[in-house]
Amino acid sequence: MDTLMNLFGAAVLAGTPLLLGMLGEILTQKSGHLNLGLEGTMYMGAAMSLAGAYYYEQWVTAAGGAASGFVACLFATGAAFLIGVLASLLYCFLTATLRADQNVTGLVLAIFGTGFGNFFGELMGIGAGGYVTVGAATKAAFANPAFPSLAALPVVGKLLFGYNWMVYLGVAVALAMAWFLNHTRAGLNLRAVGENPATADAAGIHVTKYKYAATCIGGGISALGGMYISMVNTGGVWVHDCVSGKGWIAVALVIFATWSPARGLFCALIFGGLSIMRMYVPVPGLPMEIYELLPYVATVLVLIFTSIRQSREHAQPRACGTNYFREER
Amino acid sequence: MEQKGATERRGEVAVRMRGITKTFGSRVVANHNAHLEVRWGEILALLGENGSGKTTLMNMLAGIYYPDSGEIEVNGREVSIRSPRDAFELRIGMIHQHFKLVDVLTASENIVLGLPGGVTLNRRAVAARIRAIGEKYGFALDPEKKIYNMSVSEKQTVEIVKALYRGADILVLDEPTAVLTPQEIEKLFAVLRAMREDGKAIIIITHKLGEVLAISDRVTILRKGEYVDTVPTATASVQSLTEGMVGHAVRLEIERPQLPRGEELLRVQNVTCLNADHVCKVKNVSFSAYGGEILGVAGVAGSGQKELCEAVAGIQNVRGGSILFRTGDGYENIVGMKPDVIFEKGVSLAFVPEDRLGMGLVASMDMVDNVMLRSYKAGKGPFVDRRSARRVCQTLIDQLEIVTPGVFTPVRRLSGGNVQKVLLGREIYHHPRVLMVSYPVRGLDINSSYKIYDLLNEQKRRGVAVIFVGEDLDVLMEISDRLMVLCGGEVSGIVDPREVSKDDVGLLMMQAPGKEAADA
Amino acid sequence: MHNRVRETGGRLVRMVKRDEIGRGKALAIRAAALLCAMAVGTLLIVALGHQPLAVYMEMLNGSLGSRTVLTETVKIALPLIFCGIAISIAFRMRFWNIGAEGQLLMGGIAATYVALFHYQHLPRPALLLVMALAALAAGALWGLIPALFKARWGTNETLFTLMLNYIALGYIRYLQTGTWRDPRMRGFPKIASFDLSARLPNVLGVHVGWIVMLALVVLAYLYLTRTKSGFEISVVGQSQPTASYIGMNVSRIVMRTMAISGALAGLAGYFQVAGVNYTLTETTAGGIGFTAITVAWLAKLNPILIVPVAFFIAILEKGAGKIQTTFKIPASAADVLTGIILFFMLGCEFFLQYRLIFRAGRKETL
Repeated sequence: MDTLMNLFGAAVLAGTPLLLGMLGEILTQKSGHLNLGLEGTMYMGAAMSLAGAYYYEQWVTAAGGAASGFVACLFATGAAFLIGVLASLLYCFLTATLRADQNVTGLVLAIFGTGFGNFFGELMGIGAGGYVTVGAATKAAFANPAFPSLAALPVVGKLLFGYNWMVYLGVAVALAMAWFLNHTRAGLNLRAVGENPATADAAGIHVTKYKYAATCIGGGISALGGMYISMVNTGGVWVHDCVSGKGWIAVALVIFATWSPARGLFCALIFGGLSIMRMYVPVPGLPMEIYELLPYVATVLVLIFTSIRQSREHAQPRACGTNYFREER
Repeated sequence: MEQKGATERRGEVAVRMRGITKTFGSRVVANHNAHLEVRWGEILALLGENGSGKTTLMNMLAGIYYPDSGEIEVNGREVSIRSPRDAFELRIGMIHQHFKLVDVLTASENIVLGLPGGVTLNRRAVAARIRAIGEKYGFALDPEKKIYNMSVSEKQTVEIVKALYRGADILVLDEPTAVLTPQEIEKLFAVLRAMREDGKAIIIITHKLGEVLAISDRVTILRKGEYVDTVPTATASVQSLTEGMVGHAVRLEIERPQLPRGEELLRVQNVTCLNADHVCKVKNVSFSAYGGEILGVAGVAGSGQKELCEAVAGIQNVRGGSILFRTGDGYENIVGMKPDVIFEKGVSLAFVPEDRLGMGLVASMDMVDNVMLRSYKAGKGPFVDRRSARRVCQTLIDQLEIVTPGVFTPVRRLSGGNVQKVLLGREIYHHPRVLMVSYPVRGLDINSSYKIYDLLNEQKRRGVAVIFVGEDLDVLMEISDRLMVLCGGEVSGIVDPREVSKDDVGLLMMQAPGKEAADA
Repeated sequence: MHNRVRETGGRLVRMVKRDEIGRGKALAIRAAALLCAMAVGTLLIVALGHQPLAVYMEMLNGSLGSRTVLTETVKIALPLIFCGIAISIAFRMRFWNIGAEGQLLMGGIAATYVALFHYQHLPRPALLLVMALAALAAGALWGLIPALFKARWGTNETLFTLMLNYIALGYIRYLQTGTWRDPRMRGFPKIASFDLSARLPNVLGVHVGWIVMLALVVLAYLYLTRTKSGFEISVVGQSQPTASYIGMNVSRIVMRTMAISGALAGLAGYFQVAGVNYTLTETTAGGIGFTAITVAWLAKLNPILIVPVAFFIAILEKGAGKIQTTFKIPASAADVLTGIILFFMLGCEFFLQYRLIFRAGRKETL
């Protein structure tokens, strides 16, 4: 029982970066844009959030004050979101305006973002004389439970309230996105843009505006997933190649979640669990190096499974992968 | 901004378009100096051939395109329509030929798409308003039904309600009858007349002369993007309208050479097919095709024509039944064989699919590679033989008068008629015994269409069994020797078009065989 | 409001599709894009507080300046060329194989297996040949797995091939800590170096792979443009409905093509282990599979153009390693620079297809 509770807690923590990355990608794909650059966006978010918190600390310390963990969180979040928006802006400009191939542009963003993240991560390290790390206050702000008083409750406290604030942010974003897509006019319009942009256009929807808004906000949310990796998983230290495929798994999870943010919560939890299971549920005879591959193998299985049973309702937005232009003929 | 009552303004000009010019790219002039005028309480037919710029002109009224030059007046005021939203505000609604609906959404979701309003959606209020509109003009529509579960005419109803929901007083319908049965057309016309009585201004785009005469009050004719004339329908005749449309006198009859029926070349027995979603698209279909005849295939869009053709061509998976081809002295059952195997068995079948650039040809490849598609495996060794393909191209260009900058131009740059000639030319080059053509004149102008009819008749004279899947019932009735009618994937009748009326065929198009009327 | 339709039409900028574009003009647009990319790179260097010219010179010096570094650069370019061709073949079919990394590793694993456990059983030429064949087969297999599922159920190949990269890498990690661990290294998990007989001979300072490469470039070009199978790849890539309509066996073509693609990437792995590292490590691939994607794309999937592009990227990478030591600029700068170049190249495609028409001003009349 204890193992199970520990596993659940660890799964939540490990699943959150996947959740945030996936949610951003769901929003992006709902506008008809397949952004394979998620891995890159998350790297950029990881590096920039670290930079935001770190340089804020340096600045306050230089001014003779003491850095506040809360303000560091704000700077980190702002920096990550901003770089996510910028990365997606570039992606959207290339695909929606300059009509570049979505697959290729996404791949380039993945390559560029990976380089960008590692480049700035290391650059900061060089500047800091060795490696870059944030102060204790910031570390605590990212690691401590968001609701300490509730977390003290027996059983449910630890299970439901014992997590850092980013976990709750992820859940809140998922629920908000589910509500937005299913119950608002703008959500309906966005779905129409992703399904059939020509129809949306004829219905008076500003297709380009929706595409830019969805991809950019989506990119910002995905970048927060990267921020989780550098601020929570690695504890505010830059680790070379830290995202290590989580962005790609998040893209696959979008398929697993059948483009639904609410279902995405469960998918992220499952995959979070798979990625840390080796530390909680030992399997005799299975080498650790092979056990580590579990999330990747599971992703492959999910891809195969979802492709075998396809349905019209729970499918990728129809226009995904192709660009739309009105005066095409 | 006060609006006059509908009856008061009857007869006043609702829309006036003057001197509209629109070009695409650097060379394609879709409209040049086009005019149009429609009054309240009238139905105006906008007549012209395929490619004459009717749809483009109306798209500029609907805000899809923006004119390069020219003026648009609505209700006597000059306006600038920059987006579909501007069009709604001017109470203009357009029903496009290819319905602009999102498949996975419900009718009511499609109807409110893009409308301003509160942050959230009040589904109940929307449904109530949809029902009210339906009652007023006599439609029945389930607001919560998903579009992909709807028939073609239901989808059209959604489109019309969508326009009315937005308060449209000026309605543009682009080829609304192309996919309907004669009976459904009558129902649609009744609705349109009800709207006319209500004082609305209606423009109906069409190239079918019979419908122009049946429904419209006045006719505006376009030719090659230019304005020709506007005449009251009462003074027009089929002949005068055609001459206006084409620019010169044309023969209107399609030839039907009388030949003795040849031997049976294809026999389809109890064929059943499922599509990718496991929906039964072709049910227990049986028919034969004979040399020296044209077998017409009629039916509402989506009645299984595509799947049946693809089954015969070996592309579609067949669930049951047999497809027998005459080879030499016996028959070969090709069910379960891929097209290349069918070809190797000595079955010479040619197939012109409806999606020319998406299936019949590779749009981005040049004519040589496209012609080579059929024969690229010929010859020994691992290399392809582009030289002989090039010779074939030259022959086709000469024989079929294909207009192209050269054999190395990507085929997607050619005009619709020339694309079809490349495809049909390639298919008949190898002297097939069975020729199957799917919607061969869709999107073609009259001259190209007649050239295609001539080519089909020429094949018929050579003893080929021609299977012609069409949508224009008038054409099918004129060119076919026998006419097979499909309904819901089943054969509802095989008739002699010389002996039945269009209405009879229309009934068959809506009637599954089980529910057949006693006299049919 | 009496808005009159403006005589000149609405927008200030209008785009018009080009009919045809001359070669010279196309080249000029691409060159301009490359210059823009370099300019952005220069800005980056300036922002880091360095002399751009000095940095660029150091990069060139560090990659081409001496015979030693030149051979190093060639060694970087070679696997990029092999993988670039492998990727081009798949991409021409619009099969997004981003698993060259994993296919390369599997090739390396297979070759290493032969080298470690059978070097005593075979004479040197046979050993090297068997190693190559094993690498080809393993790479082909690793490419075939996603192709099989793609052909049968349409499983997303982008993510599938990518996941196989991580799985191949994890397998190497397992091998070097587990069964293949070199006992002589004591606690340190490492695979033993190859016996001398399992190492490829050098020609002009670089392993013989470069001669194979020259032949392969020509063969791949002929294969893609002149052969029946090459034609099939193009048709399947451009329009799958047409391919099935004409009677091509699309599944078979997809699997065959991916087997070839994977095999070539596997061959790159063979040359890495047998010609460069003489052992197998976690860094045997080191991102080659990804960089090769950019190489293939910049070369417009043309095997012949892949050679100069691969050298260009190799110069960037080798140069970036040099400036890391000289200027303390992280070596990931090479990835950032290639990314910038790629973004500009993607963007310039638009200007090859469309012309922008600017208007001096708008006539506004009432």
